[in-house]
Amino acid sequence: MIEIKHISKSFNDRQVLDNVSGVFKKGQTSLVIGASGTGKSVLLKCMLDLVRPEQGATLYDGRDFYIGEEEEKKTIRREMGVLFQGGALFDSQTVHQNIQFPLDMLTEMPEAEKKDRVEFCLQRVGLEGTGSRMPSEISGGMKKRVGIARAIVMNPKYLFCDEPNSGLDPLTSIKIDELIKEITEEYGTTTVIITHDMNSVLSIGDYIMFLYKGKKLWEGTSQTILDTTVPELEEFVFSNKALMKMRAEKR
Amino acid sequence: MFSIVGRYLIFLGKLFTRRETFRVYWNRFLDECLNIGISSIFIVAIVAVFIGAVTCVQTRANLVSPLIPVYIVSNIVRDMTLLELSSTFMCVVLAGKVGSNIAGELGTMKITEQIDALEVMGINSASYLVLPKLLASVFTFPMLAILSGFLGIMGGYLAGTLTGIITPEDYIYGIRYSFIPFNVFIAIIKAFVFGFLISTISAFKGYYTSGGALEVGQASTAAVTNSCIAVLIADYLLAELLT
Repeated sequence: MIEIKHISKSFNDRQVLDNVSGVFKKGQTSLVIGASGTGKSVLLKCMLDLVRPEQGATLYDGRDFYIGEEEEKKTIRREMGVLFQGGALFDSQTVHQNIQFPLDMLTEMPEAEKKDRVEFCLQRVGLEGTGSRMPSEISGGMKKRVGIARAIVMNPKYLFCDEPNSGLDPLTSIKIDELIKEITEEYGTTTVIITHDMNSVLSIGDYIMFLYKGKKLWEGTSQTILDTTVPELEEFVFSNKALMKMRAEKR
Repeated sequence: MFSIVGRYLIFLGKLFTRRETFRVYWNRFLDECLNIGISSIFIVAIVAVFIGAVTCVQTRANLVSPLIPVYIVSNIVRDMTLLELSSTFMCVVLAGKVGSNIAGELGTMKITEQIDALEVMGINSASYLVLPKLLASVFTFPMLAILSGFLGIMGGYLAGTLTGIITPEDYIYGIRYSFIPFNVFIAIIKAFVFGFLISTISAFKGYYTSGGALEVGQASTAAVTNSCIAVLIADYLLAELLT
């Protein structure tokens, strides 16, 4: 379980996050949604301690990530898997080397075992046989899959995905969503996804947090989001005409 | 200005804290020696030979007094090559090649979140990425300076003897005449210091890039100009200290 408490962050007098709190439960796919520029990615960076908030705390199963000992922070980091928006694959390494990288850097695993683990992860994301290719030789969707494979190679307890569907066609987006959902259930990870894709919200969102201008305006589930009466969330959700029609029919 | 210098010094400190294992650095050091050192041999060779040749021709053209012996030409080529051309001039050229490469690589890694990916894994990205580049630079730059010095003197020999402005005997006599071995050491020290400055300044510029492709280009340009300025200032200080 990940708990964020009263996170606030500003850049040059511009308040990006304002007292944001929430709980992301184990084995659930939690989504942080909101329009572009509402602070979703900054919140993720705060949770990963890539950006330190001015106020607040992030607790990983009760362990404070900001004030803990260096060793404890290192342990928590090893329990994290992160899929970055563009994949963040290392350009100079093959797909296989990219996935093996955390094992090389953070474990003393024998070479054969590492190879097996990488092959398993490649198979898990449906990319068997692509290990020798360079990141520049694969498509955007494949890069995301490799990013997921690298994120799960260490058997993470906490999985973070920053806009996993951005730049992908609808069919590939659905496949990526399904893959993340399957992994969350299979490994019992605490998964946090940053997105503004309503298809993801409705198909895989166990818990949804809506951010608006840096503030948490709403939280709920994919079942309750269509019944919202929060004007800002309504505007965000029903900018999609199909969803508006769906709600009209429901009513 | 002071805040930039402060951030640069903090960045340098970051390279030596929370380091990875020796094996990790050794493999990356070897890779960087190839990227920084071996891949620069061609440009260093071309520049050194031609600069040596031009120095020989220009010196001969300007030494019009019959009182000055001809072997002074190669004597001047030798000292200019060892004291300035093989270290300072060569490093200004390398600031363009190696500096822009380092800043471009790190800048691209920064804006594509590759550096964030390393940090999230608990790896000190600055140390992991930059320290091997720094070590490779201070290791290979002195070797390139020695190569540059040798090829510069050879370039002068070829230009001088093939055009007939100096005989091979005079040239050899001139480069042996009143030779101070410490000058070779000066070239090595200079190359060592310049290697440190070029690699760290360029890495600093690249590592703190934010934005997009435009900013990566700007970081590369700033890396080259700042490195060149730092090399020239350090050159003056070293000249004062060592000669």
